[in-house]
Amino acid sequence: MSVDIATVKRVARLARIAISEEEAVSFQSELNAILGFVEQLNEVDVANVEPLSSVVAQRMKMRDDVVTDGFYPDKVVANAPAADDGFFMVPKVIE
Amino acid sequence: MTRADDLTALSIAEIRDGLAARSFSAVELTKAYVAAIEAARPLNAYIVETPEKALAMAEASDARLAAGEQRPLEGVPIGVKDLFATEGVHTQAASNVLSAFKPTYESTVTANLWADGAVMLGKLNMDEFAMGSSNETSYYGPVTNPWRKEGSNLPLVPGGSSGGSAAAVAARLCAGATATDTGGSIRQPAAFTGTVGIKPTYGRCSRWGIVAFASSLDQAGPIARNVRDAAILLKSMASVDPKDTTSVDLPVGDYEASVGQSVKGLRIGIPREYRIEGMPAEIEALWQHGIDWLKAAGAEIVDISLPHTKYALPAYYIVAPAEASSNLARYDGVRYGLRVPGDDIVSMYENSRAAGFGREVKRRILIGTYVLSAGYYDAYYVRAQKIRTLIKNDFDIAFAAGVDAVLTPATPSAAFGLAEMAMASPVEMYLNDVFTVTVNMAGLPGIAVPGGLDKNGLPLGLQLIGRPFEEETLFRLGHVIEDAAGTFSPARWW
Repeated sequence: MSVDIATVKRVARLARIAISEEEAVSFQSELNAILGFVEQLNEVDVANVEPLSSVVAQRMKMRDDVVTDGFYPDKVVANAPAADDGFFMVPKVIE
Repeated sequence: MTRADDLTALSIAEIRDGLAARSFSAVELTKAYVAAIEAARPLNAYIVETPEKALAMAEASDARLAAGEQRPLEGVPIGVKDLFATEGVHTQAASNVLSAFKPTYESTVTANLWADGAVMLGKLNMDEFAMGSSNETSYYGPVTNPWRKEGSNLPLVPGGSSGGSAAAVAARLCAGATATDTGGSIRQPAAFTGTVGIKPTYGRCSRWGIVAFASSLDQAGPIARNVRDAAILLKSMASVDPKDTTSVDLPVGDYEASVGQSVKGLRIGIPREYRIEGMPAEIEALWQHGIDWLKAAGAEIVDISLPHTKYALPAYYIVAPAEASSNLARYDGVRYGLRVPGDDIVSMYENSRAAGFGREVKRRILIGTYVLSAGYYDAYYVRAQKIRTLIKNDFDIAFAAGVDAVLTPATPSAAFGLAEMAMASPVEMYLNDVFTVTVNMAGLPGIAVPGGLDKNGLPLGLQLIGRPFEEETLFRLGHVIEDAAGTFSPARWW
């Protein structure tokens, strides 16, 4: 399978990465090189094979449903590019 | 040799003994490292140096020593890969997207090290988000390998992604370093720098507080100057952590005690599929030396087959980017890191991520987004995860047949030149991980140990792959190789 320029741009949009026309062209050839490389996986018969969900056989750990952490909004927003009164600030999203 | 040179030449085991005997103080040792780091800035191994913090921690260690309360890593100066969250200290995964990020918390692995008395020297350079095999994708520029070819001034790469960790350990800019390994990022740079690196079993070290790349593959481990030091460091780094649901409820072994134990009767598998086409004769010879050394020490050598080996790398380049595209979705310019304004919130996201991520990271996010997108998920991601099952089954079958460990070369070549691969396709660069990536896909422990020097005087590494949670076996076998091959240290030119 290979991707065209329109697909590269669509994927970049899905990934929320702005790319230029020139970048789209070079990403197209790089992505196609990688997709060409992984093509060989189609040689393998995977009928009746379960996909691996965990490399270590272990039961999902459960913990008590209690609050164990929190109550420090100042620490939570300490690294925000824009914060006000314990809130993250973003551009207006509703008119 | 000055006294400072003597101090930075000490292994962790020797530091432990020297501090206990009061031959030197923790402050004196730390000062020697701080000076060595300053003198080695051309290597670009450290992104951030934290000398004040290091000296304060060393003073605390000296107080502990005076009180007769020496902890396992008391006063041992450590470098930390930039991927580990360190409270109040630069943590950016060598990316601009995490610009100015200083965590308000400490990763479990580093917290374990400090609780055992270790001293933090600073944050080490790496490939951006641990994506790379040469440390050339860092926002902070490439790391230069302290090793050079004999008679050459050409700069070489230290490998990646833990290139800063490996270079710093080899150049004696820390006694040991933390590192992480998603497809070979501990073992390949260890092999390129003549150091020892172990990726433990998935689940052995907590991933809490480590910037995520591919969560089902990422594992932390140490890079050290010898096998014993790697064992000492792993014991402190590993733990059972309720904050990481994939942390495994098994007690941490006494790894150091296994160093020096006999390997008589252990069965070592030699996988025929690792004899790849075009493998350099020197790598073949290195592998044969490893076989001979283990045989001479009483191990039994058996030929084995791991038939799905060739599919590990292509499957990895689906699974890892897929998980990365999901993990890296969090960098949106809202909660931390770089924000670049836009016309609306979506263009703010797009501009922030365009300016923040480097090219290799963008490429992997795009591949990951593509293989997870509607209509392709089954064809790519699910198929790759099925192949992962087959890769793991290959190892399970070998282990069930009585194989205790598998011996392979660590890398298909010695360190290559800086920028030498600039024109290569991404796939050519990915081939660096051909021997290491199977181990991550199967979640197994793997150690890289120096096996000798090539014709240009550059180090080459051997890899041992173990059964899950049997790191002790790897330390036993690794020590036999080290005993036979010796340890290697670059001549100082910086």
